[in-house]
Amino acid sequence: MKMFSRAYNLFIKDLRSELRTRYAINALIMFILVAISVILFSIGNEKIPPQLTAGLYWVVIFFSAMSGLSRAFVSEEEKGTTLTLQLVANADIVFSGKLLFNLSLTFFINLIITFLYAAFFEDFVINNFSLFLITFFFGNIGLAISSTIIASIIAKAGAKGTLYPVLSFPILLPLILTCVQLTIFCFDGINIENSVYELAIVISYDIVMITISYLLFDFIWKE
Amino acid sequence: MNEYSLEIKNLSKKFGRRQVFNNINLSINENTIFGISGANGSGKSTFMKIVAGVLTQDQGKVIHYINNTPINSEKLLNHIGFVSPYLVLYEEFTAEENLIIFSKIRGINYDVEYTKYLFNQLNLYKRRKEIIKTYSSGMKQRMKYIFALIHKPNLLLLDEPTSNLDSEGKSTVYSIVNSFSKEKIVIIASNEEQDLEFCKDILHLENYK
Repeated sequence: MKMFSRAYNLFIKDLRSELRTRYAINALIMFILVAISVILFSIGNEKIPPQLTAGLYWVVIFFSAMSGLSRAFVSEEEKGTTLTLQLVANADIVFSGKLLFNLSLTFFINLIITFLYAAFFEDFVINNFSLFLITFFFGNIGLAISSTIIASIIAKAGAKGTLYPVLSFPILLPLILTCVQLTIFCFDGINIENSVYELAIVISYDIVMITISYLLFDFIWKE
Repeated sequence: MNEYSLEIKNLSKKFGRRQVFNNINLSINENTIFGISGANGSGKSTFMKIVAGVLTQDQGKVIHYINNTPINSEKLLNHIGFVSPYLVLYEEFTAEENLIIFSKIRGINYDVEYTKYLFNQLNLYKRRKEIIKTYSSGMKQRMKYIFALIHKPNLLLLDEPTSNLDSEGKSTVYSIVNSFSKEKIVIIASNEEQDLEFCKDILHLENYK
C-alpha cells in the first residue's frame, strides 16, 4: 500500500510538472490535430472501407504515443534529475509512478482521438460498443506499458527521437495489429464471444509486457 | 540510538576497458568523516554513486549496517543523504514544493519545523517559495544540503561539498559536517585541501588502479 502511495505521489509530481511546463501535452494535441486534419483532407468525399478507418485510427494512436510517451523518462534525463529520483525512490516505485503517468496520458489522448474520429469520420460507426470499450481499455494499457519501458531504455541514448519508434515498432506491432482487427469487429458488430481469440492476445500481451517490465527495469534504472 | 556502519569489500569498477578503481576494501564506523581524494576523472563520483546504491559495481560488495544488521536495498535510500554538483532539483517547483514532493515520494512525513530549521541554517528561508530556476548556483548548492538532510539520514555523501559556495556558505557546510559527524558518518569526495582537513582517514583513489 505504501509502495502504491509513493508511486502515486511520483505520478502527481509528473502531472504537476507537465501542467507547469506543458512538456508533452501541447506537442501531443498539435500532433493529433494535424494528423487527423491531413487524413480528412486526403480522404475528401471518398468513402473508405472500415478496415482502412480502423487502421488509420490506430496509426494516429501509435504515432501520438511515439511523440508523447517517451517524455516520462526523457524529460528527467534532459533536466538532469534522474540521479535525484534515483536517490529518493527504488526502481519499482519509479516505474509504477511513470507508468501511472503514461497510462493517464494515453487514456486522455486516445479519448480525444476517439471523439475526433467519431465526430469527423462518417465510417467510424461502432456497432459493438462493449467490445470497443474492452479493446480500448486493454489496448491502451498495453501501449502505455510498452512505451514506458522502451522510454526508460532509450532515455540515456543519444538519438532518442529515432530510436524510440524504431524500438517500439516491432514491440508494439502485435498489439496494434490485434487492436486493428478488434476495431474492425466493433464496426462489423461481431460478438465478444467471436472475438475471444483476439482479446486473449491483447490481454496476454499486457500481462507479458508488465511482467517483463518490472523484471527488467531495475537493471535499466541502475545503469 | 542506531549505530550505522559501512563495509566495502573488493570493490572494482570499469567503464568499458578503463579500470576506474580496483579492489577497494574499507570499513567506516559512525562518528567519522572519511575523505576520498583523487585527480579529476579518478572515479570519486563513481565511488560515491556506488556507495549510495545508484550505480552498480563490477565486483565486490558495499554493505550498509544498522545496529550490525545489513540494510536491504529497498530501505537503503532513506539512510543516505547525497550532495554533488551534478545533482539537480526540479527547477519548475519552488524549494518548499521540492522538499514536500521528495518527502512524499520517500514515504516520510514532511517535518515543517525541521525544514524551517534547515532553511534558516542554509539561509534560504526567505526564498523558499521561489522556483529553483530563479536560484543562483550557490543557492542551488545550499538547497541540495536541505534535500540531503530533510529525511535525517545516517550517512552523508558529499561529492565536492563546497562547489559554487561563497565563504559564508563554506563555513555553514563545515559546521553541518562537524555536527553531523558527531553521531553519524560523512564521506567527502574532493580535491580541495580545505574540504579534506576534517577527515580522519583519506582514501587516495590513485592507489587502487
